[in-house]
Amino acid sequence: MNGVIQSSKAKIAILALAVLLLAVCMALSVVFGYTDTSWKTAVAAFTDFNGSNQHLIIRNARLPRALIGAAVGISLALAGVLLQAVTRNPIASTDIFGLNAGAGFFIVMAVSFFQISSLQQFTWIAFLGATVSALAVYILGSAGRSGLTPIKMTLAGAVIAAMFASLTQGMLVANQKALEEVLFWLAGSIQGRKLEFLYPVLPYLLIAWIGSLLMFRQLNTFLLGEDVAKSLGQRTLLFKVLAGVLIVLLAGGSVAVAGPISFIGIVVPHFARYLVGNDHRWVIPFSAVFGGILLITADIGARYIVLPEEVPVGVMTALIGTPFFIHIARKGSFK
Amino acid sequence: MSILETESLTLSYGKKPVIQDLNLSIPKGEITVLIGSNGCGKSTLLRSMARLLAPEEGAILLNGKDIAKRSTKDVAKELAILPQGPVAPEGLTVLQLVKQGRYPYQSWLKQWSRKDEQAVTQALKATNMLEFAERSVDSLSGGQRQRAWIAMTLAQGTETILLDEPTTYLDMTHQIEILDLLFELNAREKRTIVMVLHDLNLACRYAHHLVAIQNHSVAAQGCPEDIMNEKLVADVFHMPCKIIEDPLFGTPMCIPYGKGRIAKNGLPTAQYA
Repeated sequence: MNGVIQSSKAKIAILALAVLLLAVCMALSVVFGYTDTSWKTAVAAFTDFNGSNQHLIIRNARLPRALIGAAVGISLALAGVLLQAVTRNPIASTDIFGLNAGAGFFIVMAVSFFQISSLQQFTWIAFLGATVSALAVYILGSAGRSGLTPIKMTLAGAVIAAMFASLTQGMLVANQKALEEVLFWLAGSIQGRKLEFLYPVLPYLLIAWIGSLLMFRQLNTFLLGEDVAKSLGQRTLLFKVLAGVLIVLLAGGSVAVAGPISFIGIVVPHFARYLVGNDHRWVIPFSAVFGGILLITADIGARYIVLPEEVPVGVMTALIGTPFFIHIARKGSFK
Repeated sequence: MSILETESLTLSYGKKPVIQDLNLSIPKGEITVLIGSNGCGKSTLLRSMARLLAPEEGAILLNGKDIAKRSTKDVAKELAILPQGPVAPEGLTVLQLVKQGRYPYQSWLKQWSRKDEQAVTQALKATNMLEFAERSVDSLSGGQRQRAWIAMTLAQGTETILLDEPTTYLDMTHQIEILDLLFELNAREKRTIVMVLHDLNLACRYAHHLVAIQNHSVAAQGCPEDIMNEKLVADVFHMPCKIIEDPLFGTPMCIPYGKGRIAKNGLPTAQYA
């Protein structure tokens, strides 16, 4: 499909603008918040650090928050693009398919039963949880005669997501102490996350970002259907496994840092396709950048919507995402 | 001379055997049509010949070499298959689709070349799809859509093309249009074409080589004029019929018995029932 933006030159120009916009959003995220700071203080916090409360907030709270927001937004959007392509299902995303819930459940279990709180371990536990859910959805969705159809896979995803969400809640009810530790994390938030949360995950996210960018040709071909892709000489099993690994890294890594944040993975790829059509050479970079922009914008909004409290950014993305989701379903692109 | 062969091929779905111990040769440079009743395994056989389905036992030889032992990309340069009822992603343009035919020729080191461009233009021309290049595939009529997919397989530049029921869901005009297109490709470029068709009369008209599949194996094969008779249709399709000569082409034409609104001398009775 040719999207709204037709020529390659225009696409490059708009992508460059979007990158700029992402940078601006990150800067806004550093400057604006409950504690009143100005652009000048923000700059001074890095060039002329004086140990004041404001400078500390900017360096230790706001900057990590902006960086984590960008990284998580990019990752969730890319996970959505990959999952929608691999399943050939336009309403697929890691939250609807239960990957986020699975990663979340495994982390809550680790916190309440094994008193694990090391960040390094969080990462691997989240990867494990995302993998378990992905496999469960795949196996459940493939059961029966007709094999893996989009509708069966979506239903399987809904079931797995609901199951892990219920199990998580059950475990938290039984264990009040764990509840306090993980509640805000569980709603999906990038507030109060130190950069140390990001470091262990970042290498995996970087690998997955680069992997996604390199995969555009394979994605385009796979979208023609598995038989056609095989006929064209694609090793479809290898492709699915590789894409699955990337999806698990992206979703698991995001959840380890920020908790399960929904709707970025479904909204952003659709918006990107609306802009640039369905050539993944463009869909992937556009989704990445807009994923970062959306999450950071939602996070800034989350600081102001019920002053002086903050709502978790997961609530904000749901507020933005739900109407959009209904729009996609009504448009009938889900068959 | 044969280009594609099955060697003691056995195919099965789960535990149920579909094709058993089959040795079949597809003649080079000709049109071969597979016929048979629903569920007889003709599509399964076609898919396995294009490595979409792994054999339970035996092998598929393409130009004498086992396709399972070759790189799938190399096979894709010699053999293309158009599966039954392919669906393009929403909004994909004809040009984007046809360009996908060049997938086996691309890699990280080899990006889009002039040769790829030429192959795509040629495929669009051969299928009369040049004027629709920028249209999205899902906005086209059934016949045009099928031509777009055939253009993609042509762009693949293979000597052999397999098609699984290329005329299903098309009205009569478009069925003839697609078959004429394939006929011309074969006549002009000597490409080997193997397809599954349901219409026996059209199969007899276009096929140089007809293969009737029944009971996990080949019931008969050869030139339609030589093998098509009332007994074969009764055996393969369990349908009594009368075979006459097609008044236009002189090829065998099959008229089924059954009930009818006007029966001149009472309901006709079949020789083979």
